[in-house]
Amino acid sequence: MQTRRKTLKQSAVVAGLLAASGMFPQYAFAAFNKEAFDAKTVADVLKAMGAGAPVESKEVTIGGPDIAENGAVVPLTASTALPGAKQILILVEKNPSALIAVFNVTDSVEANFATRAKMGQSSDVYAVAIMADGKVLFAKKEVKVTLGGCGG
Amino acid sequence: MADPMRIRAQVAGDKATVRVLMAHEMESGQRKDAAGKLVPAWHIAEVTATHNGKPVLTAEWGPGVSKNPFLQFVVKGAKAGDKIAITWKDNKGDTRTDEATAS
Repeated sequence: MQTRRKTLKQSAVVAGLLAASGMFPQYAFAAFNKEAFDAKTVADVLKAMGAGAPVESKEVTIGGPDIAENGAVVPLTASTALPGAKQILILVEKNPSALIAVFNVTDSVEANFATRAKMGQSSDVYAVAIMADGKVLFAKKEVKVTLGGCGG
Repeated sequence: MADPMRIRAQVAGDKATVRVLMAHEMESGQRKDAAGKLVPAWHIAEVTATHNGKPVLTAEWGPGVSKNPFLQFVVKGAKAGDKIAITWKDNKGDTRTDEATAS
């Protein structure tokens, strides 16, 4: 006879298998890391992502304008030439929440992404590469935001 | 349902550069409305890209991404005629998928 406990256990196992294979619709996406997106500082973000101490590296590049005329649309690029990048993060230091975007890199895409970010004020922007071997490399660049044309 | 995305996938050699423009408000949750109340955050939280049905990229976005977000990435091993599909899901649970053919 099948008890209720057994039935529950089995359905949990099936759900786990579905989740693992990515077939379960609500689990098909990676879990949204709310803690990381709520973090206020670059260090807190990296902590929430479970990353170790970051090291500045020339192999990681951050691209963006020196002076952004419109803080609502600041084109930023983040890339690394190193193999084995697991995640690429884009951060703006002085935004209310520093983390802008996380890209989970697979073998089928290059670790090279471009997007547009909002910036509240002139700030350093960071590209952080979390490598498969646990190393955390970053590059930073200052972007000045001109608000209402009164100069950065 | 939100407006469609504009997706362009350009093949150069064995790589395809994919550019996506999504139509989304991307409300930051910092702004106040006329009554002085905070406008709740409404932003794309998760983006996935597939190449011929195979997932190649997932991304998590915060509210700091611009309105009507732009995304560019490079898919390896792509050729003309391949299908690139992009799906986004926002923090209100709305979702949209669009597909483009690489050329």
